[in-house]
Order: sequence, then C-alpha cells, then structure tokens
Amino acid sequence: MSKPLDQNIKENHSADLGDYIGPLQKVKSMCRRNPLAAVSACVILAVIILAVLAPVIAPYGEAQQDLLNRLKGPSAAHLFGTDELGRDVFSRILYGSRVSLIIGIFPPLISLVIGIILGLTAGYFGGWIDYLIMRIADVMLSFPSLLLSMALMYTLGRYANSIVCIFTALSLVGWASVARVVRSHTLSLKETEYVEAARSIGVRPAKIMLRHIMPNCIPSLIVLYTLNVPSCILSESTLSFLGIGVQPPAASWGLMVNQAKQFLFTMPWLALAPSLTIMIIVLAFNFLGDGLRDTLDPYLQKG
Amino acid sequence: MKAVLKRIASMIPVLIGVMLLTFILLRIVPGDPVSILLGEHYSQETIDRLTRAMNLDKPLWEQFISYVLGVFRGNLGVSYTLKRPVTALILEAFPNTLKLALMGAAFAWIVGILAGIIAAVTQNKAPDHIFMGFSLAGVSVPIFMSALFLQYVFSYRLKLLPLTSDGSAVSLILPAVALGWNSAGSVARMTRSSLIDVMEADYIDTARAKGLLRTAVILKHALKNALLPVITMMALQLSSMMSGAVITESVFSVPGIGRLATQSIMNRDMPLLQGTILFTTVLVILGNLAADLLYSVVDPRIRNEG
Repeated sequence: MSKPLDQNIKENHSADLGDYIGPLQKVKSMCRRNPLAAVSACVILAVIILAVLAPVIAPYGEAQQDLLNRLKGPSAAHLFGTDELGRDVFSRILYGSRVSLIIGIFPPLISLVIGIILGLTAGYFGGWIDYLIMRIADVMLSFPSLLLSMALMYTLGRYANSIVCIFTALSLVGWASVARVVRSHTLSLKETEYVEAARSIGVRPAKIMLRHIMPNCIPSLIVLYTLNVPSCILSESTLSFLGIGVQPPAASWGLMVNQAKQFLFTMPWLALAPSLTIMIIVLAFNFLGDGLRDTLDPYLQKG
Repeated sequence: MKAVLKRIASMIPVLIGVMLLTFILLRIVPGDPVSILLGEHYSQETIDRLTRAMNLDKPLWEQFISYVLGVFRGNLGVSYTLKRPVTALILEAFPNTLKLALMGAAFAWIVGILAGIIAAVTQNKAPDHIFMGFSLAGVSVPIFMSALFLQYVFSYRLKLLPLTSDGSAVSLILPAVALGWNSAGSVARMTRSSLIDVMEADYIDTARAKGLLRTAVILKHALKNALLPVITMMALQLSSMMSGAVITESVFSVPGIGRLATQSIMNRDMPLLQGTILFTTVLVILGNLAADLLYSVVDPRIRNEG
C-alpha cells in the first residue's frame, strides 16, 4: 500500500489495455525483438521500388544489345559487366526483378484465395465435400512441386506465353497447403459458441464463414503467404534456369543464370550477380515470414 | 496392424488421383502426340492411321483405363524422341537418382543434426544465431546457385572433383552436397526446436539430478526423443529432394530421372514426362508411407494407439 492511489489505478488501467495488443503494436514489437525481420521488410520495399522504377533507373534497355561490348567485366559504364550479346547485366537484373516480384506476389495471392474458399467449404460443411476437397489437396501435395509445375508448363505452354504460363502454373500449385490450414482452423472454430450463436439466429453459412471464421485465420494466412512468396520466386527462377520458364529475350534472374552458365569459369560474375539477387530477395521474405510467424501465430511451429 | 492397413488403404484414392491428374494434364493438349511424332509434312491419312494405332481416337476415359492397366503391368508407353520404352529408360536412370538422393540425404542428416544440436545447446547465444542464420540461408539459396558455386570452387579452382557426373559415387559428391544443402537447413531448424522442447521435460531434469554430465544427457536421453519428429520431416523432405534432383542433375549432367524429365519437357516427349512424374510421385508417396510406419515402430506411444 506504499504506492499512491492514482498510480495504482493507472497501473491497473494499463494492465487492462495490455490484454489487447493491436496489430500495429505487434509489428512494432516484432521490429524491436527481431530487427532482421524489419531490415528484410525494408529490403523488400526497396526491391519493389526498384522494380517499379526500372525503366527510369536502368542505364540501358532490357534487351538492348551492344555487340561491340560483349562479355565485358564490371566497370563504371556496366556495373556488373555485359553478357554474351553485350546487354548490360545490371539493367537486366533491374528488369528481371519485375518478373520475380510479379511471380512472387500474385500467384501466391491467387492460391491463397482458392485455398481459403476450398478450406472453409471443406471444414464448414464436412461430409463428402470435405472428403473430396481434401483428397484433391492430398493429390496436389503428393507431387514434388517442381514436377507438378513442369507438367503444368507442358500443358499451358501450348496456349500462352511463358510468363503467363508460370503465373498460372504457380497459382494452381499452392492452394492445397492453404486449404489444409484453413480447414483445420475452421473445424475448431465452427464448434465455438459465437459461431453456434450466429448459426442459431439464422446467419447464412457463407456469411458465417467470411465474417466469423475467416478473420481468425488471417494471422496464419499472412505467415503462410509470406513464406509462399519466396518459394514461388524460387520456382520461377528454377524453371527459367532449366530453360523451361521465362523465354529470351525477356529478362528473368533464373534465365540470366542459365545463360551465364557457359561462362561460369571465365566470367563468374555473370552468374553470381543474378544468383545473389535471388538469394537476397528470398532470404528477405524468409526472414520476414519467420518474424511474422513468431509474432502473429503461436500455432504454426517453427520447422 | 489395423492402423497400418488403414494407412495403406488411405493411399489408394491419392494414387488414383495422381494418375488421373498426370493423365489429364498431359493428354489435354489436342493433337499433340501425333504432330510431334510425325513432324509437319504428312498426309491426313498417315495422321489418322497413327491416331488410331495410338488409341487417341477413343474417348478419354477409355484411354485412361487402358493407361492405368498399362501402368500396373509396368508399361508406361514408348518415348517419342528416344523411341524406347519409358519403363526401361526410368529403370536405367533410377539408380543414379537414388544414389544422389541417398548421398544428399546423408549429407543433410549429418550436417543438419550436428548444427541443430550445437544451436540447441547454445540456445540464444552466438553459435545458435550463426547456425540458424546459416540454415535459413541454406533454405534460401537456389539449388542451382550452390551447384554452380560448388562446380566453380571444387572442380574448376581446386580441381578436386569431376565437373560432370557419370553416376559413379565420387562424381556424385558435388551434386549430393548441392542437393543436401537445402534440406540440411530444414533439418537443423527442426532438430534445434525439437531438442529445445525435449530439454524442458522432467526426465531430463531427473537425469541431470542424478549427476550426469550435460553432454551425456543430451546425447543419451534427449536426442533419442528429439530425433523422432526429424525422421518424419526427412520423409517430407523426400519430395523437395526429388524436385532438387531435377536441378542438380541438370547442372552436373547426372544421367538420372530428373534429367529425363527436363529433356522430355524440352522435346515435348509426353510419355516420358508422364512416366517420370508418375514414377517420382509414387516414390514420394511410398517414402512417406514408409516413414509413417517407421515412426510408429520407433515411437511406442503411436504404436500402442492404433
């Protein structure tokens, strides 16, 4: 009882508020506890800005050839040297970031939406719908991911250009793991009293799923999304590296490594520069995803 | 026993689904097989004859049934470009991929578990941060980058190991390290978190209270239980290792299944692509089944449940 009364009240008051931590505060506390995640977020932001401004920043065009200056080493005029057609590697990396970001950001978003819809449906209705959706998800997850996207590339390759193909293939591959997470959340949430209450006053299933169940899945989904982004970026660069992804003359980091492979021993920087950029962006998303997982989602265990 | 049978039975719809999906995905392209086989300058008559001979005029479900029956008899069709049975091509290539995957897994296990133990023991101290940073970097490095890096350092600079692989053990060292590097990161993270969990259990305190050394407790008591989840995770890694094998085999020209798959997609060789994908996927499914069964053998808690 040594404390003055008003201070006591203040402490109690702040303790009450402390029960609820807003998302913004969570992010702030994450930055403090996990500076690496904060740095990663900045790196990602910087890459996005560079990608958007690529035509302004890049000293040369995406496919601008200069056959007199082929295979030059790094210099002031060409920061990372030039490739076998005299194209400026630095400029191509800048343009390549657009492919990587588009493939990294949107297909996981589409598979997220598909996964949410199917996961909610399976978990909420149960029965044969659940069985059917989850067996399809099992089938999708049984394939080694690269081989499944290769099969999709084979089929889609007949109908569309390579970037559209990769975009579609990766959008169709990732939904299964999202559906599994959403389904398991839905299964436990649909037993809660407030969902019961909503159902008893006659709220339609679609509204219950979207208004009452979905919001509770969001933290897990943010984490899952953040970790799906780097795997899509890696898939794109891998497919392009194997020669079955983005086709020349478009610039993609994986394709650049593929073309630089033949000069690996004489001009290693040609392969190193795009490889490093892939690694940096993937690492940044992984660090961010890890930080978000620790902050937002105690249920998804570190693996 | 009942649980084992149930687990095996649950595999059947997935296997059928896998066959159906590979079939649909690759057959959906209209007129493809015939035009690839013949090229451009052939009469309609020839095309029709070939279409009939390949059963491509039958309805899709009939084609699927005959495909499935063929698969069970070990007949995966004939490669368009190599003009040989797909089954024979796969069986020739498989030992190389198997060796590569086993060596890669061994590398991932040894490096990953050691790094995980060190990180767990020094939890939140410098070595922990260093090893965990490395493991995340390991997961983030594209496999083709580590493969090219290894080629550059060990084949070109140091001239220690061959640049390309003919399938012999020595020539598979570099591809295996490139392949295992990614998984080693995941294994290390898993070992660390699982070991940290186990270290909080009561029986560890008991062992410590008996006066056992910390190292002895970790190696004898904790590790045994901590490695159980790592086993399961290794099985899940099998799938990503098969993806990785496609890349390493392409960089080091290992004559394995992954290289068959890459070649087949470039040559639009549908039966070969279909065969390699189906074979690899079934392999992964069986591997996961084996890991599940193994897990129930080594963990009495699960064994007694069923």
